[in-house]
Parts: sequence; structure tokens; C-alpha cells
Amino acid sequence: MEAKRRELVPLALLWGAGIATLVILIILLAYILANGLPVISWHFLTGEPALWGQTGGGIYSTIVATLAVTGISLLVAAPLSVGGAIYLNEYTKETPLRMVIRQAAEILAGIPSIIVGLFGFLFFVIYLAPLTGGWSMISGGLTLAFMVLPISLRTSEEALKTVPTELREGSLGIGATKWQSITTVVLPTALPGIITGLILGVGRAVGETAAILLTAGGSLNLIHSLRDPGRPMTLNIYDVLSEYRDTTTAYGTAAVLIIAILAITLITDWLMNNYTKKLKGL
Amino acid sequence: MVSSVWRPTDSFADGLWGIFPIIIGSLLVTLGAVAIGTPLGVACAIFLAEIAPAPVRRVLVPSVNALAGVPSVVYGFFGLLVIVPWIRGQFGGFGTSVLASWLILFIMILPTIISISTDSIRAVPREYKEGSLAMGATHWQTIRSVLVPAASSGIIASVILGMGRAIGETMAVLMVAGNSITIPNSIFAPTSTLTAQIALEMGYATGAHREALFAMGIVLFAFIMILTGLANLASRRRITY
Repeated sequence: MEAKRRELVPLALLWGAGIATLVILIILLAYILANGLPVISWHFLTGEPALWGQTGGGIYSTIVATLAVTGISLLVAAPLSVGGAIYLNEYTKETPLRMVIRQAAEILAGIPSIIVGLFGFLFFVIYLAPLTGGWSMISGGLTLAFMVLPISLRTSEEALKTVPTELREGSLGIGATKWQSITTVVLPTALPGIITGLILGVGRAVGETAAILLTAGGSLNLIHSLRDPGRPMTLNIYDVLSEYRDTTTAYGTAAVLIIAILAITLITDWLMNNYTKKLKGL
Repeated sequence: MVSSVWRPTDSFADGLWGIFPIIIGSLLVTLGAVAIGTPLGVACAIFLAEIAPAPVRRVLVPSVNALAGVPSVVYGFFGLLVIVPWIRGQFGGFGTSVLASWLILFIMILPTIISISTDSIRAVPREYKEGSLAMGATHWQTIRSVLVPAASSGIIASVILGMGRAIGETMAVLMVAGNSITIPNSIFAPTSTLTAQIALEMGYATGAHREALFAMGIVLFAFIMILTGLANLASRRRITY
């Protein structure tokens, strides 16, 4: 009895830790949304940025820049990660090479964004300047691809692993070649999981700042080509704060960004749930 | 490199490249954040793995994921507008300080610590827990003397990975630490980190200054590789159970 009573304190502390974590998230989101949602208007989303030295204005050019760098990173990372996952899961046994590749992806995932940015700056912005245009959407997008790749590779591999072996064997058993069974049986079954991995990667790309700071240029003008420098939304929050402490624009941009990221998280959750339901129904 | 004066644009001294205070700043900021984040993160992981009823878990797990998804620049923004003015009001000074970095960074490493620790506690074989309960131990005694020790390698790995996240974090620290290259004499004094200094100066650095920033990147990379190696060592121990 005495022991049970003394346990109330640690148990209450554990509950407290769980609640504290939840409260931290709620405060953070409530603060940004309460200040940011009133700023968002049609004009804010589609309007031109304020002239240099002034505050306010729209963030259309930063939304376009975010879409551009994210799109480029996905275009590069998606085939690499899906192809890599197929190779790792379908074509190799548990060999040292496979462990090395997986370890490399693991290390890549742990590298701080500023270091990925340094690499992108040196390689894409300076070394490949004639191709990428120096600081540009291409340089930013290619740098982001290095951050998207490990996430989507790992998730795609997990998705391929969950495809039941019987499906592969059944397909091979009725005379399909290995490639045919991968494209017509394995990939369609694993597709929701693969898409989830890509969406997680998109979330990472949309929210990244430090790597973008060193590679994308930061110009507020609307981009006309992918070789133009631009300023994605994350960088805009930092820049408007450090340039003129324009908190209004920063709140609005942060709210748009948070809504986009939360939507991405919800879509991933929904896809994952549907996916597991479908697998159970097989 | 280990001298303590950083004056990259000093035309008289031909540039001085002492990054010692910046390394100290990075370590100080990281260790403080880990010291605050570890107890809360591990406690929350134990709560999630063992105590939380299913409905609470259904809310808390996506919340932890959402915390991981919030962009670092938004954390920095929140720190700059809420935590920094609070510190300025309570304790004086600029507000941008070591303490401000701790208070933002510990939140940012929570998801890493919570999700990996939760997984490792759940990976402890059921028999351990059932054996302990069957011998008359209470739930808390079982958590304290069976589950947490059995999961300790995973918990340690989660803390090391959290440390890696903290030392590599750039934007949030850049916005709240004050970026002053001195060894801070109190937690209310500003400081700077390797990441923040690279982000801040890379845009205009040329020649030897730029090379010095790359050297800082290599130092940071070395820290990360050491931490990743340690985390791998810690979690490999699990196999021996």
C-alpha cells in the first residue's frame, strides 16, 4: 500500500511530461496561427512583394520559389530513391554492399542542413555555375534533393519490404519475369508507401532553410526561369525579420508554411492508414 | 585555428581565424539543450510506451511528429518574438542569449529523443515485463528497474542523436543566440555557434575567410560523425541481450 502511494509522484511526473510536450506544440501552433491567419488574404498570397525598404506586400514570389525548389528536388530524388529501394530490396541479398548503401543513406540523413548547404554552394553554385546559373532555383533544388533522398529511400524500402512474398512468388509462378512482377505486382502494392515517403521528403524540402540560404540566392523578384535566384517562404521569414523586422509578413508566411506542413502530415497519416487497411484486406 | 580571436575582415592583421570561442559556443548550446530535453523526452517516451491510454497516444504520437515537422526557421521566429523578449524582461541584457538557444533547441530535439526512446522501450521483450509484474513488482518498479535498464542502449542512442540534431541546428540558433563571438560569461550572454557563423558569413566571405568557414564546416562534420558513431555503438549493444 505504502509502495503504491509513493508511486503516485513518478506516475504524475510521467503524465506531466506527456502533457507538457502536447502543450508546447499547442502554444507554438496557436501563437503562429493566431498572429498569422489574420494577415493571410488573397492579396497577401498573390500580391507583389513590398518595395525594397518597405514592409508588407504579398508573398506570391516566395510561394513560387518554394514550389520550384521543392519540385526540382522531388524530380531528382524520386527516381533515385524508388530505383534505389527496388535495387536494395529486390535485387540484392544481405550483402556488405547493401549495408554500406544503407549506412550511407543513414549518415546522409544525419548531416546538418548547413553542411549540405555548404556542399551545394561549393558544387552547384560555384563549380557548376555555367549550368545552374550560380545562386538559383536549380542549385537550391539539387541541394535539397540530397536531403529528400535519404528520407524517401528509407520509406520506399520499408514499403517494398511489406509486400508479401507470396505475391512475388505467385507472379513468378505463373511465368512472369522478375521485372514484370516488380512493375505489375510489387510496385503497385507498395505504391501508397512509396508516395508517403515522397510526401515526407516534400515536407522536409518545403521546411528547409539553412541549405537554401546558401544556394538559392534570396532575390524577392518573381522567378522567370529556374536559373534565376529566388527566395522560398522559409528564407523569407528569416530575411524579412533580419532586414526590417517585418513581423507581419513573417507571421503570415509562417502561418502559410505551418498550414502546408500540417496538411502534408495529415495527408501522409491518411495515406498510411488506408494503406495498412488495404494490406489487411489482401 | 584554436586561437580565440575571430576577425576575418581585419585588414591590419590579415585576418584572424580563431574559432575556439565558436566551438565552445556550439558545445555549450548543445549540452544545455540536451540537459533540458533528455529528462522531458525520456519521461514522455516512457509515458507513451507504458502509461498513456490509447486515446491519449492517438493524439500525442501525431503531435510529436508535428513537432518534428515544424520548420527550424519557425522555431527561431517563435524564439525571437516570445522567448527572447521574455528573457530580456526577466533577466535584462539583450535577450538573445545562451538561455534562449537552450529553450528553443530543447524543444527541437524532443521528437528525436521521444520517438527513438519509445521504440526501444516497446522493443523490450514482453516476458521481461510480465516476469517482473508476476514477481509482485508494481508497474512503476517494473518501469524503473526492468524496462528502462533493458532499453537503456536505445535511450542513450536517442539522446546522442538528439545531440547531433542540436549541434547541427542552424536557423533557430542563428535567430536567438545573438551571434557574438566571445565565450559567454553567463547564460544570459549572447554566444555564437559553428552553424550560425557559417550561415551568417558565407554570403559575403571571400578567399581565406571562405576557406575558414569551410574549415568550420569540417569541424562540425567531425562532431556529427563522432556522435553518429557513438549512437551506432550504443544501439549495437542491444543485440547482446
